[in-house]
Amino acid sequence: MSLSDKELKEIAYLARINIDENSFPSLKGELDEILGLFEKLNSANTDGVEAMSHPLNLSQPTRKDEVTEINQREKMQESAPLVQSGLFLVPKVIEGEN
Amino acid sequence: MELHELTLKQQLDGLRESSFSSVELTQEYLKRIKSKDPSINSFITVTEELALKQANEADDRYSKGKALTLDGIPIAHKDIFCTEDVLTTCGSKMLSNFKAPYSSTVVSKLFDQGVVMLGKTNMDEFAMGSSNETSFFGEVKNPWDLNYVPGGSSGGSAACVAARLASAATATDTGGSIRQPAALCGLTGIKPTYGRVSRYGMIAFASSLDQGGVLARTAEDAALLLSDMSGHDPKDSTSLNIEVPDYPKEINNDISGLKIGLPKEFFEQEMPDYVRKSTEEAIEVYKDLGATIEEISFPNIDLSLPVYYVLAPAECSANLSRYDGVRYGFRCEEPKSLEDLYMRTRSEGFGSEVKRRILIGTYALSAGYYDAYYLKAQKCRRLIANDFTEAFKSVDMILSPTTPGTSFKTGEKKNDPIDMYLQDIFTIPANLAGLPGISFPCGSYNGLPLGLQLVGNSLEEGKLLSAAHHFQKVTNWHKESPEL
Repeated sequence: MSLSDKELKEIAYLARINIDENSFPSLKGELDEILGLFEKLNSANTDGVEAMSHPLNLSQPTRKDEVTEINQREKMQESAPLVQSGLFLVPKVIEGEN
Repeated sequence: MELHELTLKQQLDGLRESSFSSVELTQEYLKRIKSKDPSINSFITVTEELALKQANEADDRYSKGKALTLDGIPIAHKDIFCTEDVLTTCGSKMLSNFKAPYSSTVVSKLFDQGVVMLGKTNMDEFAMGSSNETSFFGEVKNPWDLNYVPGGSSGGSAACVAARLASAATATDTGGSIRQPAALCGLTGIKPTYGRVSRYGMIAFASSLDQGGVLARTAEDAALLLSDMSGHDPKDSTSLNIEVPDYPKEINNDISGLKIGLPKEFFEQEMPDYVRKSTEEAIEVYKDLGATIEEISFPNIDLSLPVYYVLAPAECSANLSRYDGVRYGFRCEEPKSLEDLYMRTRSEGFGSEVKRRILIGTYALSAGYYDAYYLKAQKCRRLIANDFTEAFKSVDMILSPTTPGTSFKTGEKKNDPIDMYLQDIFTIPANLAGLPGISFPCGSYNGLPLGLQLVGNSLEEGKLLSAAHHFQKVTNWHKESPEL
């Protein structure tokens, strides 16, 4: 199992992480080694085995559809990098004239 | 004897008998943190003002005869637990400026019982690491030898308790992050059953594996804290709605007749002679205490490491997608577009181990690989859980070393992810099956501590604490402390 440069670029883009092309060889080496570890899974016979996504065999509890949280918008936005009038500011999303 | 030398239980007795005050105790720890922590780096934030305020309030309650269950005991919280208006960094540049707007349930519950917070402890970034070398806030040193690592990811919590800079500390365990540092720092650490302790306000790494717990000096101390941390929380949908037993009482339960299983596949692993010897000596102690020992088999144990390193990164890649520089935390300078904002914020805000795991997880979940890796790993996870179910038909708990050896030197494994991942080979299976596990000191080699692990059946924390407590009544390993 070995990742191509193209695959690594695609994964990095999916994860929204920039990778410096100079670090490709060492990173690929590390990832290949980790992926190599996964090969062992192929040796296990899992025919008819139910996937285990969670350690508890519980169903999700439900509650009444009631408001339980008070509005704390200002407090919640105190840690935000950039806020104006209660809105999170990000660079312009829609292309066009200034 | 100085106050910091007392165990949490002894401190609680002293506070109740008015032998000293919580302010005196808290001041002693704050003073020690100032003088000793610069060389250990176990704290990211010290909350001196808050600690003294809480200690004063506790003393006030004692004087009025209205003391709470753990009133005035100064502990530290792993910096993964949100603490209202206090910096909560998770060891990452990404959250290096994040003051949580609310407290986690674990912290709130302990505050409600009068526990004093000395500060927030250093940790591997987003709890990903086994040596506390991945923290944005610098490496943590092992108090037993400053050239060695304290283990991880709860390395700061372990180092501060081992150095007697706090009475105990909260911690979390996704693949061994409580038990491995407990072993490497000579402490008692318990990871409860998945769902026993609320995850509300505990920053997520791998949600189906993460569980909060305790690092303490003795099983008795761990029992006291765990009692007050555990219990149902409507704010965490995976929290178990099952009554919490009285652990401090349960630790005294008789353990004669206890059936302990030794998984033969564990002992077939390569391990140094000193690990084998200490483990065998511990087994003899249990035989003397009236336990019976039985060899058991875990045919699928070999799958644990690959299963974990598919599932944990997959869950982490999803959980960590929330760090985008928009709502909280770090944001890159002068983003040119929304995409540039996401890309640069995440590239600059995450460290290399976190990025590595996000990439692996993204790959395992991507189209074309989902079935081969993620689904296959989930099926193998079931096989491992089934091995435990089978084992608990004949034994009460499972014994093994906690780690393949004592601590290692800072930098020794930093550039070899697989070698680092092998640190958790004995601890990961319990997380995969959601079972409780405890580690406690059982020996030492070249002046560094070694740990013994017991894994119990679902919700049998009381039995594990009792087995550790009885071991500690007849051994002295847990009483040793590093010279600083």
